[in-house]
Amino acid sequence: MSLAAAPVDRRAETPWRRLLAEFAGSRLAVLGLALFVIILSLALLAPLVAPQDPYDLAKLDLLDSRLPPGSHAADGMLYALGTDDQGRDLFSAILYGLRTSLWVGAGSAVVALAIGAAVGMVAAYAGGRLDAFLMRIVDIQLSFPAILVALILLALLGRGVGKILLALVTVQWAYYARTVRGTALVERQREYVEAARCLALPTHRIVFRHLLPNCLPPLIVVVTVQVAHAIALEATLSFLGIGLPVTQPSLGLLVANGYQYMLSGDYWISFFPGFALLLLIVSINLAGDRLRDVLNPRLRR
Amino acid sequence: MTAFVIRRLLQSVVVMLAMSVIVFAGVFAIGNPVDILINPQADQAEIARATAAFGLNKPLWVQYLDFLRQAARGDLGRSFVFNEPALGLILQRLPATLELALSAMLIAVVFGIPLGIWAGMRPDGAAGQAITAGSILGFSLPTFWVGLMLILVFAVKLGWLPSTGRGATVRVLGIDTSLFTWDGLRHLVLPATNLALFQLALVIRLARAGTREVLLLDYIKFARAKGLGTGRILGVHVLKNILIPIVTVVGIEFGAVIAFAVVTETIFAWPGMGKLIIDSIGVLDRPVIVAYLVLTVAIVIAINLAVDLLYAALDPRVRLAEAK
Repeated sequence: MSLAAAPVDRRAETPWRRLLAEFAGSRLAVLGLALFVIILSLALLAPLVAPQDPYDLAKLDLLDSRLPPGSHAADGMLYALGTDDQGRDLFSAILYGLRTSLWVGAGSAVVALAIGAAVGMVAAYAGGRLDAFLMRIVDIQLSFPAILVALILLALLGRGVGKILLALVTVQWAYYARTVRGTALVERQREYVEAARCLALPTHRIVFRHLLPNCLPPLIVVVTVQVAHAIALEATLSFLGIGLPVTQPSLGLLVANGYQYMLSGDYWISFFPGFALLLLIVSINLAGDRLRDVLNPRLRR
Repeated sequence: MTAFVIRRLLQSVVVMLAMSVIVFAGVFAIGNPVDILINPQADQAEIARATAAFGLNKPLWVQYLDFLRQAARGDLGRSFVFNEPALGLILQRLPATLELALSAMLIAVVFGIPLGIWAGMRPDGAAGQAITAGSILGFSLPTFWVGLMLILVFAVKLGWLPSTGRGATVRVLGIDTSLFTWDGLRHLVLPATNLALFQLALVIRLARAGTREVLLLDYIKFARAKGLGTGRILGVHVLKNILIPIVTVVGIEFGAVIAFAVVTETIFAWPGMGKLIIDSIGVLDRPVIVAYLVLTVAIVIAINLAVDLLYAALDPRVRLAEAK
């Protein structure tokens, strides 16, 4: 794959270009990335793209509730994916739900990344007892199923945006900590770190400016996996009714709303939000899978 | 080895205690159950009487010590809603959950290993690629949504299988089980399949990777040179060598399956302890929430301990690394 891509960029091969060229070697990954970009832009532009503001109760008409896909409203607006039990346009609700799912997933990943990276760096740099202690905590945390940890926290704290973020961060940070520590242990033996030390640079500068950037490649891979996990877990918890509050309808809640109508054959209320969730997770996983191959030095020529 | 066992046992006890503190302290952050349980028109005296009756007026640490003392005797409080011992309530529903979890594991292993070996044997064939793609999809599928779709297709549209409940059960060795009645099995198929999906994807991936590695080794070539049939090579020589990682992962994942049964049981109205905990969270039934969390955490810790000890018994490198 990289052989075919190499001649194109002979003029100026920057690391970024090489990465892009190698990434583009897999059609499936490009498809995943394109799908992700489309979903992301639809979610970000939801207020402009959506035919209806699902939060604006004045715009909803209960007479339009549970209409099948392709129905029209009294004013002629098309309900492309049908409506839910409150007469909401499902397509609009999904776009807004994607927004919630994406920002909760990405937000929790960023916070978990910051905490995990800090813990991992400290463990790798300090070594000794502190390292052993921190890694024992990481081991214990990872020995518990994510859903159980989230269940403990949410059963105890109740539902809410802040609480689900806390639960998702708690579930994720240990993966980042372990990855960063492992990479940092290898990287700190390298010559450039030694050189930086010889220049008598302060420790924090070595850690943040030299060590951390070089630990990024494996971290990026973990981020893609974890964001997909976080989105799926949030949807699951919201579906169970212990995740996001009803005022923040994420995709999981939309699916849950349709559950009671499914048995009477109104499949679309549950089907489409879940399918949107599936597309989102698959797109992230496809792109992430390729990134893992591209960023893994062991697989390179 | 003895030192290792003792150290690991101690660690498990410490983790268990830490969890009990977290669970106990946390339960007090979720609203006052007295508000829900007694008549809203009750006067102050009546509220105080109810609070005292549940022991909710003592200092938190006293309540915790009471809780520990009683927990040691197997008493985790009485359910506010059912007015029955909470642990008993959970234990009554444990067989249903275990039955579901074991069936899911069985499905994952029985279908996952042959599919994985097939995909590993012919990674470039159409079937091999389809199996691999299916296993990747299995990691991405939101399990709860798949459960709904299973109901939609097999219960609502086709009407082949029932979508809710456990069906008829029979008493075998003192435990009610739906494994031995036709009606019970019919009820079990959908939830068990749903719960198995993720593990199935995992087992396929492990078996595929293992097969690809093992097939290149010399002893397989030697077995071929001896003229052994493909069936015997795969069924005996390959299978034996890919089983070790699969057995380990399946063992560790069993705790996750029990925890994830919460989702499956809610979707399929399966009367196990997972459905009970979700219902209990809704009505703030503290003792049941605590009992479920304590029991599930204990199960997970016990599984991890067992896997670790087995590993150390089988592989001396593990206990040597720990001893350093």
